[in-house]
Amino acid sequence: MTVHAAEAAPQDAASGTSKWSRAWQNHAPGYLFLLPWFIGFFGLTLGPIISSFYLSFTDFDLLTSPDWVGLANYQRMFTNDRSFAQSMQVTFTFVLFSVPLKLAFALAIAILLNRGMKGLPLYRAMFYLPSLLGASVAIAILWRQIFAGDGLVNQFLANFGIIGPSWISNPKFSLWTLIILSVWQFGSPMIIFLAGLRQIPQDMYEAASLDGASKWRQFWKITLPLLTPVVFFNAIIQTIEAFKSFTPAFIISNGTGSPINSTLFYTLYLYNEAFSYFRMGYASALAWFLLLLIACFTAFSFLTSKYWVHYDD
Amino acid sequence: MTIDAPKLTVVTGAENDPAARLRKRIFSVLAHMVLIAASILMLYPLLWLLAASFKPENEIFMSGIWPSLSWDIESYFRGWNAMRVSFSVFFMNSFVIAFLCVVGNLIACSMAAYAFARLQFKGRNVWFALMLMTLMLPGQVTLIPQYVLFRDLGWVNTILPLVVPKFLAVDAFFVFLMVQFFRGIPRELDEAAMMDGAGAWRIYWKIMLPLSVPVLVTAAIFTFIWTWDDFFGPLIYLNRMQDYTVMLGLRTFVDSTGESDFGGLFAMSVLSIVPIFVFFLLFQRLLIEGIATTGMKR
Repeated sequence: MTVHAAEAAPQDAASGTSKWSRAWQNHAPGYLFLLPWFIGFFGLTLGPIISSFYLSFTDFDLLTSPDWVGLANYQRMFTNDRSFAQSMQVTFTFVLFSVPLKLAFALAIAILLNRGMKGLPLYRAMFYLPSLLGASVAIAILWRQIFAGDGLVNQFLANFGIIGPSWISNPKFSLWTLIILSVWQFGSPMIIFLAGLRQIPQDMYEAASLDGASKWRQFWKITLPLLTPVVFFNAIIQTIEAFKSFTPAFIISNGTGSPINSTLFYTLYLYNEAFSYFRMGYASALAWFLLLLIACFTAFSFLTSKYWVHYDD
Repeated sequence: MTIDAPKLTVVTGAENDPAARLRKRIFSVLAHMVLIAASILMLYPLLWLLAASFKPENEIFMSGIWPSLSWDIESYFRGWNAMRVSFSVFFMNSFVIAFLCVVGNLIACSMAAYAFARLQFKGRNVWFALMLMTLMLPGQVTLIPQYVLFRDLGWVNTILPLVVPKFLAVDAFFVFLMVQFFRGIPRELDEAAMMDGAGAWRIYWKIMLPLSVPVLVTAAIFTFIWTWDDFFGPLIYLNRMQDYTVMLGLRTFVDSTGESDFGGLFAMSVLSIVPIFVFFLLFQRLLIEGIATTGMKR
């Protein structure tokens, strides 16, 4: 210790005045490399988050400065806004059906593919393509056509003498066309499942086979438990994505959420409040409530995860 | 595939039994049949769109669900010039925006990632955690204040609100992706360079970046595809038709002439996804690896 101190002392003395400059030399490169990110973080993320929190308590139309209205926006949301209630219902229905279905397809196909299939890269690529293209406006346009009154689905049904409704303009079915569109894009969670399946040690299956466990049993007792971290991860990512989904509903309903608000996604409602009616204060309150929903969902998932997610250690 | 290897070497008792082998064979044939049927179902809408775009207008809806092939490119010419502003302008705008976003993301995200992965500075872990938290953040929360900011800067109806944020590393996904990759580069390399007196900039430029080509390419492709696809950003910031991107152009096409000119609409839809498809064909492996390692959403 004494040797160390003796050594350190002269060094400190030598650079005595430059203690700050030494600290600067050590830390500066880090901060400099992060400079763009800092500007972005404070200017485009943190600042706007705080600012939109403030705006959510105001009346703001972009032209005049915001007027403080207290909790009025939130009050309106929960007591006096049927469109808000409708958009919540639409969004939750969408999340509740599209996410589990998408993950079920992704997992089923991933497990089929994982059995050392011939042609795996080709299959994987074909299943992945829709999720790469799916967010595009072109696909939403295609979907409108597929489920239109004279669209592909009905032409197919006509072969069996069934006259189908116009799926996208019937409020009973319109949301389902969007759920199908979302499920169609199961490719990227499938790839994550495939990566997860590859991590499961092969010898566990060998041992299980020797003990006479059937494939079905192996799936429930080995594959699924060991895959729960990936299921958990996929479920969180896909749920958040589903909450934020916008483009397909916008294109398919011409930006209105029609018919009869049956595809009025939360984000679509928020967009219209902000940029069609210029109720920026109210839209900010909607945005903050969305943030709260996603945060609560994520926190809830993490809290419950210890009861069903299997971790190695 | 590497995963096949262990399977081949394992010959358990059951697999010597001919009945079990037969069962395995049948299962494999069934699995292939399911997979082939599923892929046809998955790709059918895309193939139908392609076929429909090459049909004369009056035949599109006559041909049923198995359209015969024809190679009439009339729709492409008609669609390209269907509106006041032609699709040449939209494609040009989209390419410019996507290109600048790629450049911005590559520079800014790699710099931030280098700092997080290699440099020592106060509060690094806190900043890193904050960066990760922005991954989860719904864009709607920052939307309105950002709009007000860009409007006050006079940037509405320019491409700046779409491009400048990329130069400020707001895409945390790519920072995270690059941090993961940089951490895998042996530390001895930069320590040796430091011994030789190289500073942080030199190490970043001469060692990290040249060794990170795969992750940079992955980030570039994803940035291109996401920017190309982006609908919300352009919808909010670009209001004049001559500034529209391809996606906005398509949307306007639907609203204006779409109901009468399906051929043109389908043709332009096909063209709008061609760039993504080309990247898919060329870099499929990198895209799939990128998703598998980071769990990115698409």
